[in-house]
Amino acid sequence: MSALRRALPLVALAALIVLPALAGKFYVELVAKIMILAVFAMSLDLLVGVTGLVSLGHAAFFGLASYMLVLAAPDKYAATSLWISLPLAVAASALLALAIGALALRTRGVYFIMVTLAFSQMVYFVFHDTKIAGGSDGTYLYVKPVASIGSWTPLDLGNARHFYYAMLALLLLSFAFLRMLLASRFGHALRGIRSNEQRMRALGFNTYAYKLAAFTIAGAIAGLAGYFSAVQFGFVNPEMASWHQSANVLLMVILGGLGNLFGAIVGAFALVLAQDFFSSLTKHWLLLMGGFVILVVMLLPGGLVGIERAWLHWRAHRG
Amino acid sequence: MLGASRLTRRFGGLTAVDRVSIDLERDAIHALIGPNGAGKSTLINLLSGALDPSEGSISFRGEPVPAGRPERMAHLGIGRTFQRSNVFPDFTCFENCRLAAQARTPRPWAVFEPALRCRRSKDAAERALVTVGLGARRNVPASALSHGERRALEIAMCLAADPQVLLLDEPLAGMGTEESQHTLKLLRELKHERAILLVEHDMDAVFAVADVITVMADGAVLASGPPEAVRGDRAVREAYLGEAR
Repeated sequence: MSALRRALPLVALAALIVLPALAGKFYVELVAKIMILAVFAMSLDLLVGVTGLVSLGHAAFFGLASYMLVLAAPDKYAATSLWISLPLAVAASALLALAIGALALRTRGVYFIMVTLAFSQMVYFVFHDTKIAGGSDGTYLYVKPVASIGSWTPLDLGNARHFYYAMLALLLLSFAFLRMLLASRFGHALRGIRSNEQRMRALGFNTYAYKLAAFTIAGAIAGLAGYFSAVQFGFVNPEMASWHQSANVLLMVILGGLGNLFGAIVGAFALVLAQDFFSSLTKHWLLLMGGFVILVVMLLPGGLVGIERAWLHWRAHRG
Repeated sequence: MLGASRLTRRFGGLTAVDRVSIDLERDAIHALIGPNGAGKSTLINLLSGALDPSEGSISFRGEPVPAGRPERMAHLGIGRTFQRSNVFPDFTCFENCRLAAQARTPRPWAVFEPALRCRRSKDAAERALVTVGLGARRNVPASALSHGERRALEIAMCLAADPQVLLLDEPLAGMGTEESQHTLKLLRELKHERAILLVEHDMDAVFAVADVITVMADGAVLASGPPEAVRGDRAVREAYLGEAR
């Protein structure tokens, strides 16, 4: 079982690599979208699963970065450079996360949830109620950013396959970066904060600074995801910063399993594919979706990645 | 090493600690005794920075230190244990101690370096576990320890950070006779080069190891001095020792 467990991520990776050769454009685009959401979910897992900070406002950073892509373009028919607009978008999300985190982290528990929700709603209403980028309707961006360096263009973001592999690379890089972070002293300290924050302070850790750093990093990575989401669809609207979006990504993390990043990826795939599947069955698919989520949460306390442990536990207690 | 001057802490109308001055000397175990509610734990919370004093000041090696900043006190080398075991329940004994050691060399920006590759904190953690007799329980999660073992882990975590001042809040509570004896022996070894404040209810233990005893009642210091002097103090006998017999 554990050999299978170790092989499974590699099999999944191989499947992701060969997918564009086997599947049609619809699935290539769908999986690219899921990989973007998986990056978004991993960034939230750093807060919820690792540090124990349940944020219900994570879409603010996702949404802001997607708007930055639009705002960075001189007009909606002109292309921006990827190498300028991407760092700009990520920096904007990181700065916003630093500012929101600095205030929100003065609260704890349910108040923290409320404060993050309130701040993200403020971001939502800024885009909704002002004329920035089309107000409540959002706006189209007809040209994808250009990834050329001088006269060399390594990838064409308008090409579905190029985009797909770029997102696969993004997913792997984000995963590797976060894994490295979790293995470092910083990551160990974050887990300590989740386990017993007051004890961490007594040991001599400035837990506020640690949490703020985690919040800012998570915001920056969420921005990365938001930026590419806007690139993929060539469209932004306030919904990208809405609390639905925040709740959706939180659901992915919980569904997949908290605190190990794999869960966030599995959760993103499970949630989007389940939505896709259920909505093809009936127009009352939200009901089925709700049932699915409840079942997973009740039967698999460790999320979908905890399915093996839940099974072993069940077998041990039955026999 | 660590001194407090006229330290006072009020909770609403209640004065939990009332103008307490205390000096912890190097190479000495300073025991703090008194009936329940005398303010012993509050005093430890003040000295370790967990609580803000209402009045009074704290100094370390003659320098004043800002109150109410537990992480600053830990950095200065003031370690504490808690009256009710306060560990990381889901972590192994080793990781509990390793985190405590990491606090002395936090280096949070060294994200390229795995935490488990840091020799210094690893060695400090291993040593601390062996010192308190938990070497064999290294990989057991703290939540699976017996009550006495958890008390020992508390002390190990404190030691892993290599503090110069130890504030121990009832370390023996819940320990068996053998564990208590081991811990007392350990305290005698630890006092070299360090200052120890020991809050303890077990009078036999206190009189066996203490170099100085301070008696508190109703938040104030009733008496302070060498054990023989305190034992003979009339006010103490009436207020506390007599009552306990």
